Amino acid sequence: MSVMKNLTKGFFKENPVLVLALGLCPSLAVTTSIENGIGMGLAATAVLIGSSTIISFLKKFIPESIRIPIFIVIIATFVTMIDLTLQAFIPALSKSLGLFIPLIVVNCIILGRAEAYASKNSVFSSMIDALGMGIGFTIALVLISSVREFAGTGSLFGYPLFQLMGIEGFQGSIMMILPPGGFLTMGLILGFMQWNKLRKKAKEGGR
Amino acid sequence: MDFSHLVVIAVSSIFINNFVLGRFLGICPFIGVSKKLESAVGMGMAVIFVMTLASIATYTVQKFILDPFGIQYLQTIAFILVIASLVQFIEMFMKKNMPSLYSALGIFLPLITTNCAVLGVAILNIDSSWADGTRYNFIESAWNGFTGGVGFTVALVLMAGIRERLELADLPESLKGLPIAFITSALIAMAFLGFSGMSIM
Repeated sequence: MSVMKNLTKGFFKENPVLVLALGLCPSLAVTTSIENGIGMGLAATAVLIGSSTIISFLKKFIPESIRIPIFIVIIATFVTMIDLTLQAFIPALSKSLGLFIPLIVVNCIILGRAEAYASKNSVFSSMIDALGMGIGFTIALVLISSVREFAGTGSLFGYPLFQLMGIEGFQGSIMMILPPGGFLTMGLILGFMQWNKLRKKAKEGGR
Repeated sequence: MDFSHLVVIAVSSIFINNFVLGRFLGICPFIGVSKKLESAVGMGMAVIFVMTLASIATYTVQKFILDPFGIQYLQTIAFILVIASLVQFIEMFMKKNMPSLYSALGIFLPLITTNCAVLGVAILNIDSSWADGTRYNFIESAWNGFTGGVGFTVALVLMAGIRERLELADLPESLKGLPIAFITSALIAMAFLGFSGMSIM
């Protein structure tokens, strides 16, 4: 597989959240604003690249039977590093992501890539795969959070769009920021993906 | 030890801040294992069991190892190791001594290590505090784990009951499967939002 293809497969075709349905907890919990979504996406990408690289380096030395605990310890080490880094340099983001930074450890995307890809492939291609998957995760988070932020507060990236266009008195639906909005947005996006897939299939079948 | 604290914890973690519907912890098993009522009940029982024991174990580790030596920054690594080995230990113990329970819950146990509700409750036990600034004590932590598991089970069983009926419903083709599961959970979460007016913290 070419490097480019390896990188971009995680963006849409094998998007970890929208297609593989992995890592659902953070993608629903922190997507109340685009800023949080991007922060979470980048934090998880950093952990993913670090852990995939190390695991791929060590794949010959890790005994088959205890590989999962070893993977988890490696991942947890990177999560701790990211956690401390965020606390030191971006305390506001660290506060708003809160509990979900340590919970990157149990994000199934990271363990899933370690198990399915990094433990079987070369260091370089594991890094590329991790980068692609991380970007795909970030894309999904940005997509979900932009819907929620727009519907919930009427703004994007914290800019109140309606006020900027001169429309006064817009009231966002607070429910989209609260938990139900997360589930609803996710359901509608997945439904749209499925609709698109079926439409493509029907087109190919009709030819 | 204040008995009212236990009531507050129970109401809070089952209804007001339900682990699945209010805090978004444990979504993967909530969506993955909610197709059949029977397996939902099994998974729920396994989660209650593991969350209670994990709360006890991680609280002990925090109080007697991490705090005295001032190495709180190792919390994430320590907790995930404790939980992973605890789950492994429970699995081996059950297999040997309680074969009937093992055959009912066994297949769900490996899934629980990566259930974020378990690590989540462990960290929440350490982080949350009462209005007067005191932390959860040992019994409150264990109780928080237990009731958190009960809250997870309530959500999972509700969801499974609805999804069993949805199997027979006439749905648009593109909403079948995951999308309708999420929309259903949005509706359940909306109902649970009604509890958020009930504030006792």
